[in-house]
Amino acid sequence: MSKLTPPLPKFLRPAPPRPSEKERSSDNGEPNGKPGRADKLRESAGEGGAQVVGWLDERTGASPFLRGALYRKVPKGTNWFYTLGSATMFAFVSQAVTGVFLAMYYNPDATRAYESASHITNEVFLGELVRGMHKWGSTVMIVLLFLHMARTFVFGAYKYPRELNWVIGVVLLVLTLAMGLTGYLLPFDQRSYWATIVAVNLNASAPLIGPFLADFLRGGGEFSATTITRFYALHMLLIPGLIAALIGAHLYLVAKLGTTAPPWLRAEKKELTKEEI
Amino acid sequence: MNAREKEEYLREYSILKTQGKPFFPYAVFKDTAMAAITLGVIILMAVLLGAELGPKADPTTTTYSPRPEWYFFFLFELLRVVKPPELVFMATLGIPTIWLMMLLLLPFYDLGPERHPLKRPIAMIGAVATVVGMAYLTILGAVAGSPAVIELEVAPRYEEGKLVTASQGCLGCHKIGESGNTLGPNLTHIGDRLGRDAIVRTLLNPTAPMPPYVDLQEESPEQFEQLVGFVASLKEEMPPPEESEPAEQASAEQK
Repeated sequence: MSKLTPPLPKFLRPAPPRPSEKERSSDNGEPNGKPGRADKLRESAGEGGAQVVGWLDERTGASPFLRGALYRKVPKGTNWFYTLGSATMFAFVSQAVTGVFLAMYYNPDATRAYESASHITNEVFLGELVRGMHKWGSTVMIVLLFLHMARTFVFGAYKYPRELNWVIGVVLLVLTLAMGLTGYLLPFDQRSYWATIVAVNLNASAPLIGPFLADFLRGGGEFSATTITRFYALHMLLIPGLIAALIGAHLYLVAKLGTTAPPWLRAEKKELTKEEI
Repeated sequence: MNAREKEEYLREYSILKTQGKPFFPYAVFKDTAMAAITLGVIILMAVLLGAELGPKADPTTTTYSPRPEWYFFFLFELLRVVKPPELVFMATLGIPTIWLMMLLLLPFYDLGPERHPLKRPIAMIGAVATVVGMAYLTILGAVAGSPAVIELEVAPRYEEGKLVTASQGCLGCHKIGESGNTLGPNLTHIGDRLGRDAIVRTLLNPTAPMPPYVDLQEESPEQFEQLVGFVASLKEEMPPPEESEPAEQASAEQK
């Protein structure tokens, strides 16, 4: 260590050892009591991963939570029907990812929406595949959602104490259908245009709030250039944000309350009493 | 469920839970496998079925019959099944809203402690009836094919005109008999209100958003005539199906 070199900036200086480290270094240190710099580096590099995890854990306190979520027990009899919910969520993630890629090329302008959709389909690399995945992903998501709901219903899983999670699930169903409705207009071909006109007019026929709802969806009394940007904003920001937040709440309740066991299973109480004894 | 039943359920559940397996890796493995299958199905459908993009949206042509995504077929079909106009709002919003509220509030009125599906007959019958109803309406909507069919008995000489009218997409906006939509004026008895010449004038120079049918008149004047003839015949008192002279004329023309 030459005295001629300028002092290191503060953040590069080695931290003073902690009491526990002091002990260790005195155990493993070289005879002269100075551990080699290379040894130190090698040691810290090996522990790098653990240190990062430790750093994060110290600041977030996440590990008990993660341990609880990952190693919590799922009740006896949990079978493949219980994967439908996570598969629905996965379909949503797939929709989000393909949706982001579509948004990179899509133009929500009434005069250019169709051209950009056609550009995605015909010219962009893998564009047709991604658009196809987004289009059919909605069908897959709806089917999985209904199957998940059927499982929940047949197993009586909406009953105490999981009533709130059922309500959240039904709201998620409505929001997913709203995604289907708002996304249908965006390619702006004949089919999507006329179907949306009719859908909005159906909304308008509702008593009391109907006309207001239709005006809100159209962005005015008539179908106009505002309509498509409005559907775009609903489809890209508002509804997916709500869905993501509600999926979070749904999962929190699932982890907290646990998934139900199939209703035809009974606990083997004898075994347990033996264990307890 | 009363307090005792709740307590019993929680106790039973906690025992079942201790007898289960940890979420990781057992459930995580199944979920991951299912996610892979889901992604596989999505990609397969995307590759096999593609992403069809129809012709560009054109507010001036109505030859396009509106067709929603398949999972909305049941709603559209409900609208078609419910005929009386004063009940239409029941089909568009009443029934779906009631159904949705019943679904949403299910855990608050189905309070029995029993969870086994075979011991909940009322709930299961309701669910099966709902599923069968929705599936039936969806299938009806799927096989309805082109909604451009006018369900109306007309004299044979107007049959051709009826086909032309249907294929020109008038039903996209107008209602004729039980068929069509209600965006534009109802044409069921238009013959009482407008004469033949007035109909021709409207077709050639309509008020927006109705598209003009000048092209049809220029390209196939015969079809245009048939269309006008059919529309003008739509009266409260339909001409009797067997009217000797014009019927013979029509059949002669066909030959």
